[in-house]
Amino acid sequence: MIEFKVNGETRKVDADPQTPLLWVLRDELGLTGTKYGCGIAQCGACTVHLEGRSLRSCSAPVAAVAGQNVTTIEGLGSKTAKAVQQAWIALDVVQCGYCQSGQVMSAVALLDQNPRPSDEDIDLAMSGNICRCATYQRIRAAIHAASDALSA
Amino acid sequence: MISLPPEARPAEPTSPSPTAAALTRRGFLKSAGAAAGLVIALQLPLMRKAYAGADVGEVPTGDFAPNAFIRIAPDNRVIFVIKHFEMGQGVTTGLATILAEELDADWSQIETEYAPANVKLYANTELGAQGTGGSTSMANSWMQMRRAGATGRAMLVAAAAQRWQVPAAKITVRSGVVHGPGGRHATFGELAEAAAQLPVPVDVTLKNPKDFVLVGKTSVRRLDSAAKSTGTETYTIDVKLPGLLTAVIAQPPAFGATLRHFDATAAKKVAGVTDVVEVAEGVAVVATGMWAALQGRRALKLDWNLDAAGPASSAALYDHYRALAAKGDGAPVQIDPQHKTAMASAASTLEASYEFPYLAHAAMEPMNCVAWLHDGMLETWGAHQFPTFDHANAAKAAGLTPDKVKLHTLMSGGSFGRRANNWSDFTVAAVNVAKAIGRPVPVRVQWTREDDMRAGLYRPLYVHQVKVGLDAKQRPAAWQHAVVGQSIMAPTAMAAALIKNGVDSTSVEGVWPTPYTLPAPEITLHSPSQAVRPLWWRSVGNTHTAYVMETMMDELAERAGADPVAFRLAHLQDQPRFAGVLKLAAEKAGWETPLPKGKARGIAVHYSFETYVAQVAEVSLTADGQPKVERVVVAVDCGTAINPDQIVAQMEGGVGFALAALFYGEIDIENGRPRQGNYNDYRVLRMNEMPRVEVHIMPSGEAPTGVGEPGVPPTAPAVANALARLTGQRIRRLPLSRTSFKTA
Repeated sequence: MIEFKVNGETRKVDADPQTPLLWVLRDELGLTGTKYGCGIAQCGACTVHLEGRSLRSCSAPVAAVAGQNVTTIEGLGSKTAKAVQQAWIALDVVQCGYCQSGQVMSAVALLDQNPRPSDEDIDLAMSGNICRCATYQRIRAAIHAASDALSA
Repeated sequence: MISLPPEARPAEPTSPSPTAAALTRRGFLKSAGAAAGLVIALQLPLMRKAYAGADVGEVPTGDFAPNAFIRIAPDNRVIFVIKHFEMGQGVTTGLATILAEELDADWSQIETEYAPANVKLYANTELGAQGTGGSTSMANSWMQMRRAGATGRAMLVAAAAQRWQVPAAKITVRSGVVHGPGGRHATFGELAEAAAQLPVPVDVTLKNPKDFVLVGKTSVRRLDSAAKSTGTETYTIDVKLPGLLTAVIAQPPAFGATLRHFDATAAKKVAGVTDVVEVAEGVAVVATGMWAALQGRRALKLDWNLDAAGPASSAALYDHYRALAAKGDGAPVQIDPQHKTAMASAASTLEASYEFPYLAHAAMEPMNCVAWLHDGMLETWGAHQFPTFDHANAAKAAGLTPDKVKLHTLMSGGSFGRRANNWSDFTVAAVNVAKAIGRPVPVRVQWTREDDMRAGLYRPLYVHQVKVGLDAKQRPAAWQHAVVGQSIMAPTAMAAALIKNGVDSTSVEGVWPTPYTLPAPEITLHSPSQAVRPLWWRSVGNTHTAYVMETMMDELAERAGADPVAFRLAHLQDQPRFAGVLKLAAEKAGWETPLPKGKARGIAVHYSFETYVAQVAEVSLTADGQPKVERVVVAVDCGTAINPDQIVAQMEGGVGFALAALFYGEIDIENGRPRQGNYNDYRVLRMNEMPRVEVHIMPSGEAPTGVGEPGVPPTAPAVANALARLTGQRIRRLPLSRTSFKTA
């Protein structure tokens, strides 16, 4: 049994310790907002927060998060998260939308650590999240908009 | 992705246009059993016989029949049935915008659902089948959805007129509320039952475009933004069903490889693995979850016969294709009888050979499908971009008649053409696995990224060889052009309709026909077939033809000492819209204004899918010689702009998609195997590589045309032209990662 907290709730899972957190979240816990895209931490679709920091859940064995706090897109509720999601909706960032859970998670982690990011900061923090529809220009604008809203 | 010529479109004996004259003869049906609400259905002309097998009558459940675009529930919900497939291009919002406009519904009361497989009701009238592609969605739906919406409105008005005993002319409709004299008003829901009892009007008045409140307005936002920004959208990978199993398939490691035998002893011992079965696609490992399935697959012992694997390598294909191009004996695309004389009398020539690799679509959600065989029927949940294909193929694989097969079409995590294919490869794989396990349990076949990238169905590898004869004043006087590459349409059911005299029009679209007046052309095509299957890839033939034509026009302008914009304009006759976007992009980009040292501009313009797009790229080199695209100015003429902000989004995305292919895109085949398998070696564009994109929409009252694909073709040549100015290097082999650059 591996025990950890997901979105504030203690969960116990009976899984092979090497199982990537992603598949535990999706297949065991039914939290399907976190997406599979590459399986090798190249695309960021599987991004969750581990103790508030971005983590690629496809490449993190579930054993490695034992006893820690994991937040998925379903558990977002902070002021930063709300500002990010509101900006995403206001600017119609999404196209196919499949990568956007991961994009939102990375953007929230960025703004939690750096409330006024420059374009370069955004490049650095977000270049691990692929959007095949190339919605990058709107992601950038939405992060700035969320930052503005949070500083207002 | 798919552009069918008029002859492949639905039979319309007296009218070549599916959207104008034909509509007037289309009756409107009122569906039976609509007592609890208003149901409007359009009766479409009979589809081509070839697709008749996919025709299925859906049985309505609850209050409403499904053969409709609009349902209005007594509780005032307005449900639009969306006949097109959402892959991010915004078609759900687009079709809803048109319906809501003519219905005068309130945007906040709109709900949408995707149409079932029913080609009679939900055909793409430009393709003659139910499916989404070729950037045809808005074009084929425009008048159909307007009439559907206007019919619904007219019936609601008639119902109110009857209830209030006032003339219909005294009634107005605004934002989902019907208003009559004396302050009387009613919601759509309050009138739905009464409206459903009325006869469907044969003729309805459409709005004057000046009265549009939704069409053309940026205030209309996407209907799917909230779900996709909060992780609550349901994609195929997210489908939950009781007892759902997950399967991964060990696919052949090379194209043409076949399975000799396999040993599943170890795989079956993996905890969670329930079945290991051989299917046409390879060996499927079925498990209670993805990780167990992957572990099981890893434990398989597989013996493949690689004797028939091929093609040997991309390098060999380039050699072979170059030799074919040099022979000059391809199928004639366009031969001017004066060509040989004109070329012989040229004062000089400009010759160039171009090479384009195989490309994978690499949509974010790897291909997948859920299949459930139960109670003598098959249900699938998937990204059914082409229900007409998928329905027929799934039924065949299951050994069922189409009426026993129900497709549930879901939102997709991208497609770029991949999910529309003649073989329904991933759908059929799911059906085959469901059949092989032999129990009535739902199973999801999930490809890994590597499975997805190595499964073929690529944009084919192409070679172009161009020779332009020039007169003494460096003006083009003769144009010889050989194209070599697999026919995308040849292996499909559409071959007969689309290949004429050995020429697949999608192999040469953009070279011929072209808006340019080419001098004494001789255009030929070789279409060798290969073991790797070809497929349309966002903008199809234009992915390579626009690059060749627009870089060649630029080179010719340079040779003639002419401005690239002026040179292009001088080679156009009666092409006001093509010229219009060219001039608009140049103007907005400040074409005449010099850039600081170390930066250069390039321009390109292309017509595809009935839409005109010009782009100006501003490019620099990084310290280590990598091209950096800083800004792209886009001018687009797609007729009436239905959702301007979504047109902007498609242009932005088109630029980014094109840049990925230009910089990095390449599936390189060695020993019959694709070398690339994931985003580490098949790189796509990332945040730090995205230029600033500025989009300008040409005001137009013309009928709307598509925007999903036409933003792609001009980007690569515009950047290449800028790089040529900056470095003096003309790039004729893609991707750019094969070239090192230095500032000239």
